[in-house]
Amino acid sequence: MSSATTIDPTMLTACPVCDALHRDQEVPPHRTARCARCGTVLAAPRSGAMTRITMLAATALILMIAAVLFPFLELSAQGLSQRASVLDAVLAFSTGLMAPLSLAVAFLIVLLPAARYLAILYALAPMALGWHPARHAIAAFRWAERIKPWAMAEIFIIGVAVALVKVAGLARVELGPAFWAFAALVVVTIIKDNYICRPTVWKTLEERSRS
Amino acid sequence: MENPGRTQPVLTARGAGFVGCRACGRVNPPDARTCVRCRSAIEPDDPASLQRVWAWLAAGLIAYVPANIYPMLRTTTLGHTSENTLIGGVVELLSHGAYGVGLIVFVASIVIPVAKFIAIAYLAVSVRRPAALGSHGRQVLFEVVEFIGRWSMIDVFVVAILSALVQLDFAAAINPGAAAVSFALSVAFTMLAAQSFDPRLIWNANERVQVT
Ligand SMILES: [Zn+2]
Ligand SMILES: [Zn+2]
Repeated sequence: MSSATTIDPTMLTACPVCDALHRDQEVPPHRTARCARCGTVLAAPRSGAMTRITMLAATALILMIAAVLFPFLELSAQGLSQRASVLDAVLAFSTGLMAPLSLAVAFLIVLLPAARYLAILYALAPMALGWHPARHAIAAFRWAERIKPWAMAEIFIIGVAVALVKVAGLARVELGPAFWAFAALVVVTIIKDNYICRPTVWKTLEERSRS
Repeated sequence: MENPGRTQPVLTARGAGFVGCRACGRVNPPDARTCVRCRSAIEPDDPASLQRVWAWLAAGLIAYVPANIYPMLRTTTLGHTSENTLIGGVVELLSHGAYGVGLIVFVASIVIPVAKFIAIAYLAVSVRRPAALGSHGRQVLFEVVEFIGRWSMIDVFVVAILSALVQLDFAAAINPGAAAVSFALSVAFTMLAAQSFDPRLIWNANERVQVT
């Protein structure tokens, strides 16, 4: 009954977490198919998910540009004042031995999140419009998923909150417009990632690339 | 979706003579090197992959030592310089009465890294022998480790923000210390250790124990 010759691998899904085999079936919209053994979500089709993911990724990208350009925090003490943008926070380590850390922070809070939004747009926007996926859509989505743990915009926001408390005794701090752009960015990213069901996106990408 | 192999034990892709892709779930021929659907590199669920987990974990532990010894922050106020270590920063926050934030920093920079070292080591060991925690329990543990590990980066970002913001010449200036680099490295290495761990080993080890 489990002989390999009688099984057509294109009709099956292996759970990415526990390797259990499942027969592919049409999952109705707004229902969720889970692995029978470990409970991992295998398919969660949502109507208009592609369009929503695309719009949210575009919004996040615009917010990211605003967050980098505008002043983030303004600090004043004893008549002196200092403005810091996200770029300043990134460049804080840029001298001497700290330079690699500066680069790492730039990657974690700006470059990787921005690259991820772009990759998702490139992979999914054509499908949201009903077109064929772009030429390197598969590679783009693979990279978007791979860099996901390293895009740390939301952790940076908590870091800002902690930093504010630390300097509270030292100086007066005001939040700039970029802080609110960054906070909105975090919310948009969380909603967007909630809409992405990895196996469903992969299956759609494969089907549309072939036809 | 129903499982074609309803009988115990569960029919897996490997058990059926195929290899499943960890990125997209596509079932590939057993000799495949890259997935036919997403073109990710395919790695069989071999306990030999644990070597990578142990290597990254060791690197993370080694980097965590200087992170605790060297100063994280160098604060200059009115010509007087003071240095703060990882623990020192937490103590200072608590002494100022900022209990909530002090607790966040304590959890992010001490509790989570240490708990992660223990949890990853436990997962890697449990694959080889029968474990006290069942497969579901260990799966949850693995997901928690993957989800929460990134949050330890908070302290590095705090140092970056403070160093950028507090540059008021004579009045006050904050500069990063050497521990910021080693702590960032420690967090990155432990994240890589968690990512190198193959959760299928949890489930297949369970199968091996059940069979005997
Ligand atoms: Zn499963
Ligand atoms: Zn794949």
